[in-house]
Amino acid sequence: MTATMRPSPSACPACAAAPAAEALAERALKPAQIALSLPTIHCSACISKIERGLNAHPGVRSARVNLTLKRASIDAAPEVSAEEMRSLVEALGFEAHELDGASLSATATDRAGRDLLMRLAVAGFASMNVMLLSVSVWSGAEDATRDMFHWISAAITLPAIAFSGQPFFRNAWAALSKGRLNMDVPITLAIVLAVFTSLWETVLSGEHAYFDAALALTFFLLAGRYLDHRTRAIARSAAEELTALEVPRTTRLRDGVEEQVNIAELRVGDLVLVRPGGRMPVDGEIVSGSSEIDRSLLTGETLPVFAGEGQAVSAGEVNLTGPLTVRANAVGADTSLHRMADLVAIAESGRSRYTSLADRAAKLYAPGVHILSALSFVGWYLYTWDMRTALNIAAAVLIITCPCALGLAVPAVTTAASGRLFRRGMLIKHETALERLAQVDTVVFDKTGTLTTGTPQLTNLAALPRAAVECALALAQGSSHPLARAITTAAREAGFAASADLSDVTEVPGYGSRAILKGQEVRLGRASWTGAAPLAETASFLKIGDQAPLALVFTDSLRPGAAEAVEALKSSGKTVILMSGDTTPAVETLAARLGIPQWMAEALPADKAARIQALGDEGAHVLMVGDGLNDTAALAAAHVSISPASALDAARVASDIVLLGNDLSPIAAACDTAQSATRRIRENFRIATIYNVIAVPLAVAGLATPLIAALAMSLSSITVSLNALRLR
Amino acid sequence: MNILTYLIPISLVLGAVGLIAFIYTVRSNQYDDPEGDSRRILSDEWDNYPKP
Repeated sequence: MTATMRPSPSACPACAAAPAAEALAERALKPAQIALSLPTIHCSACISKIERGLNAHPGVRSARVNLTLKRASIDAAPEVSAEEMRSLVEALGFEAHELDGASLSATATDRAGRDLLMRLAVAGFASMNVMLLSVSVWSGAEDATRDMFHWISAAITLPAIAFSGQPFFRNAWAALSKGRLNMDVPITLAIVLAVFTSLWETVLSGEHAYFDAALALTFFLLAGRYLDHRTRAIARSAAEELTALEVPRTTRLRDGVEEQVNIAELRVGDLVLVRPGGRMPVDGEIVSGSSEIDRSLLTGETLPVFAGEGQAVSAGEVNLTGPLTVRANAVGADTSLHRMADLVAIAESGRSRYTSLADRAAKLYAPGVHILSALSFVGWYLYTWDMRTALNIAAAVLIITCPCALGLAVPAVTTAASGRLFRRGMLIKHETALERLAQVDTVVFDKTGTLTTGTPQLTNLAALPRAAVECALALAQGSSHPLARAITTAAREAGFAASADLSDVTEVPGYGSRAILKGQEVRLGRASWTGAAPLAETASFLKIGDQAPLALVFTDSLRPGAAEAVEALKSSGKTVILMSGDTTPAVETLAARLGIPQWMAEALPADKAARIQALGDEGAHVLMVGDGLNDTAALAAAHVSISPASALDAARVASDIVLLGNDLSPIAAACDTAQSATRRIRENFRIATIYNVIAVPLAVAGLATPLIAALAMSLSSITVSLNALRLR
Repeated sequence: MNILTYLIPISLVLGAVGLIAFIYTVRSNQYDDPEGDSRRILSDEWDNYPKP
């Protein structure tokens, strides 16, 4: 991967020789060759320690740590591998993960954000200067002085508006050319008309010019746009970092030689080596090795499944114990993983059905303003037969009613709310996610990986004889199988020590572990291997010599905050439903443990989506919380959806909100924040309306001066912003 | 009123200088890592001579 990303050193020698300002900026923006995520750095000492360590490496040209993104970008010689850099940073005592440069490059350059910021800056500086001149006019400048001030204002305003107003002009044109109206049409009309009439007035050395109003309007609206963009850019870059953490690289076997390749380069028939802990990159058939595979992300089953030669595996499954060699029979978009993700496209509805509050306001507002302005123009023209007066008043009406406060009403609140939720570990990815979250009355949880961590917990330790536990611990401690790890953790916590009498401990991938105890064979593993009858719940069996096998029973451990989240959601009057692809007893036990009355077990992905669709049709607003591939369709079908950061990429893409931490409890709090945010948005709309009710009659009556317009506009914008900051 | 002949150009030039300075800072990526930059001033590296 990194090899393909690296530009060849001699690609463009002239570029290096001619460092024009543009080229310099371009180079600085180019994604770094190696990117590392450093989640634990927090101070200047961390920065300098890592930078010193990396720069000391002979192959590193330059390394820079970004504390805001908690990321290091390293410009290194082609022979330096990302893995080498990662271990270098780990040796310095910091957690480090490799990031996939290709998934990051999209956010590395936030061109749109920069563009908006430039326009905002130009509008801001111009409006300050013009305001300075306008204040002198309002405080009594007359005749030649006033005309000169107006001319200077015009000279500043015209180029400034032509540059900073472009986003509005472009949007308005796009809407008009499709025969529709949006918020940008009245904005554009107001700006253009204000500049035009002011210019006319200036030529005729008139008294009133609205140059400052036109610029202030552009400035406030751009501020709203920029806030909006920033909020989403932050969420997007954090979401992209999650994707980049999964580097799409795998080991291919070619003539018995291992080579690291990008998953996209795999072809049907390739042999792929999947090590324990690795995820299957392709659909295929196991040609050698035996192991157990975790299918929970695909099906919701907690229990690992045996995998041996000749068995089919699907992309997305996780290999647990032994190395497997898989022959690919479907790659890329043909894998079952991708076909499941395609269900999402069909189920997409909750999101598209929703019209945001801002759009609904615009639909009422835009035609109203145009009609009002046109009526006052016609009225005054018929009354005075003077084009100039009529046009001036029509412009004043448009400027006064212009949705300054409306343009800020939504972004100011969503920025405040998203920032608050981000600090609690929630990423709001979709622009209307907050508004939809506020309406939620039914919450559907997936089981494995969402309410539970997917890691088992030993439950019957106390009921087992001491010698058996010591034996089991000795067998389990060397294995990385989840059940073995659960035994090790539970036994160590209870103060047991591994039995020293065991010799020749060997792990048999796919079955369990065995050893010799005083000449007898001891086995710890699955039921069939130890000669035991399988149980309904997750269990592992210990067989010592010829004795009857002992069962070690496991339950899935709850994710932190799961109980609190369910409790808080229920007490706020929401219906909580559990839907899982796991077996009935496992789902029933968990539902009883958390006090969830409604549950659904052994649900196929399509069942989940259909059930949620049905709930939606009954008028419920469903929040879906899930992590697996089997949840993606349901996530997309729901009114709003949340997935934990540990979820599969496809699930995170399908959901509106990503939960960053391990804890589920912020979900209930997020619903409350979303509700108060929507309340604030509505309040802001009301403030904007009240201000219009007062100011519009003044404008229609021809009493509005540029001073009144400036005051009213700033006042309402500031009130709306302050109201947004009040958000709890 | 003759004072205006000096003051108005001065105010315009100052505004333009501010704007150009801001555009320069945006173009040279100075807002990419606000958190890190606020900590870097506390580091005592490159205190005696500038980074080469």
